[in-house]
Amino acid sequence: MQKRFFLHAIALATVAFTATATLAQDNTFKIGLILPMTGQQATTGRQIEAAARLYMAQNGDTVAGKKIQLIVKDDTSLPDATRRLAQELVVNDKVNVLAGFGITPSALATAPIATQSKTPMVVMAAATSSITQASPYIVRTSFTLPQASVALADWAPKNGIKKVVTLVSDYGPGIDAEKYFKERLIFNGGQVTEALRVPLRGPDFAPFLQKVRDAKPDALFVFVPSGAGAAVMKQFAERGLDKAGIKLIGTGDVTDDDQLNDMGDVAVGVVTSHHYSAAHPSAMNKKFVEAFSKANKGLRPNFMAVGGYDGMRVIYEALKTSKGQGGGDALLAGMKGQIFESPRGKMFIDAQTRDVVQDIYLRKVEKKDGQLYNVEFDVIKDVKDPGKAK
Amino acid sequence: MLTILFDGIAYGMLLFILAVGLAVTMGLMNFINLAHGAFAMAGGYITVLLMQRFGVPFLLCLPLAFIGSALLGGVLERTLYRPLYHKPHLDQVLFSIGLVFMAVASVDYFVGSTQQIIQLPEWLKGRTELGSGAWMLGMGHYRLFIIAVCAALTVGLQYVLGYTRFGSRLRASVDDQRVAAGLGINVNMVFLTTFAVGSGLAGLGGALGAEVLGLDPSFPLKFMVYFLIVVAVGGTSSITGPLLAALLLGIADVAGKYYIPKLGAFIVYSLMIAILIWRPQGLFVRKGGK
Repeated sequence: MQKRFFLHAIALATVAFTATATLAQDNTFKIGLILPMTGQQATTGRQIEAAARLYMAQNGDTVAGKKIQLIVKDDTSLPDATRRLAQELVVNDKVNVLAGFGITPSALATAPIATQSKTPMVVMAAATSSITQASPYIVRTSFTLPQASVALADWAPKNGIKKVVTLVSDYGPGIDAEKYFKERLIFNGGQVTEALRVPLRGPDFAPFLQKVRDAKPDALFVFVPSGAGAAVMKQFAERGLDKAGIKLIGTGDVTDDDQLNDMGDVAVGVVTSHHYSAAHPSAMNKKFVEAFSKANKGLRPNFMAVGGYDGMRVIYEALKTSKGQGGGDALLAGMKGQIFESPRGKMFIDAQTRDVVQDIYLRKVEKKDGQLYNVEFDVIKDVKDPGKAK
Repeated sequence: MLTILFDGIAYGMLLFILAVGLAVTMGLMNFINLAHGAFAMAGGYITVLLMQRFGVPFLLCLPLAFIGSALLGGVLERTLYRPLYHKPHLDQVLFSIGLVFMAVASVDYFVGSTQQIIQLPEWLKGRTELGSGAWMLGMGHYRLFIIAVCAALTVGLQYVLGYTRFGSRLRASVDDQRVAAGLGINVNMVFLTTFAVGSGLAGLGGALGAEVLGLDPSFPLKFMVYFLIVVAVGGTSSITGPLLAALLLGIADVAGKYYIPKLGAFIVYSLMIAILIWRPQGLFVRKGGK
């Protein structure tokens, strides 16, 4: 135990020392991208890597006189692997920025390394609110679940949805979604009659959905990680909840663009709130979607891809403003406060919380040209993460 | 109420098809095959790939899934499993769990790790409802279909094992291989067939279950616990034991999640512990069995 602690201390000391000492010598700028490329969350990794490479292809790989080098590592969504890889990237490869992070535990496990080595850490996917508080070097370009769920809780009561049952996966993001949705819905005069948490590995949603049906709410609010969304939706329809007059609402993970087409017609009409849809009607997004699917055999970008794309932009611009000089702190300063247009619309990196501030859209699944899309019909402007408002 | 019961039965039946092959290999052939779930996954993926890439109708996929996993099981029995029959159980466990990891990794590599989604034919998607109020019985057509298939299979299996020549040959080979071989029974052939059929059943279960349970490369690991519970609780010496155990667990699982969602998935484990304390050999054990 003592030996381990000692090694640990040495490793961290080296990290702190070398990170500052070697920055100036090298003319490459290294970005360590840690993503789940295999295992349960592999689509997240695939989308983000593709988006990061697309950004580099579009914007060149030389910024402020430095050659950008992307080092992709696969952490298979195991937090201890993420931590080890981050340590290796910082100590051996001497990366200037850590980026990626598919799931919340991975991001949290890496936070101390970012703090101690003063390496900016750009979170491109993980969405639990508290992540940015884990280290002053974390910047987030994805979204937070409170952001998405609060917007939905604002919209619902105005559209005749007062009584809601929530159903979330029993882990960090799910509990965030449940909590903030409930608080805001009650604030808006609605009520949550029942809060169901399903095990993350819960194979069969049938009993939970039957319970929802017997509770007869106006709507069912769902958060499950993308992938499980399709199962919920099919069983929702199979059980006849839609015919019983219950609406299905949720955060955008349920109707992930990556999987939406495979879900089939059961998805049509589902209302979700999220920060990105592949159908977002802006010139920039059209260009982004087209270039992305062209570079990736017709793959449609989802909200993970846009998090990766914007994360790369944040890094590029920070490098430009710091003129290629200076270490982690200068880069971090360049990242804070960036306002720019992303394929998702306008977004802003809040200088205080280092979290993303963005428009949250309300979308309904519709069929366009034989394909299913999340079509935006309403927007709530400049949503700051409600988890930080304390 | 009745709907919960119905869902529980359907879920239990599904668990039964998935686990019955394991009960056969473990109980009759005395081989601990933890890779059973991998054959189930193979069946599931055969179905998904046939449907998505080649547009084969769902009903045709089911027998193909059975045949595909049975062939796979047969080949593996011939090449990998047979040398292990006389090895200690620990070797068998280590070997088969290694197979599981290989299966997980190779599916991940070749097909990808996303959840696979199956589009059922229209006539299986509907739902029939009888009665009203607390006694309303809502039956999803697909679950009804699962129950029907399982019931037919159970009867068939029971018949084959109990009343046919093959059944008695199998039981003879299990009890004493040398004497059975001396009587002119081709023991290797009997074991090969049994193993293949067991794997095939797992594959069929995987194909049927893809809709309800979901299908991704971690499938064999995710459901291994359930198979083992069914076999442990039901005992391995008959077909009816695992069947009743699967039904009991299915109903308990569904009802537990419905009535006490906070405890959710834990009900199954508590039930298993209770049963095993009460009857350590499983619920239904043949007197004098090994």
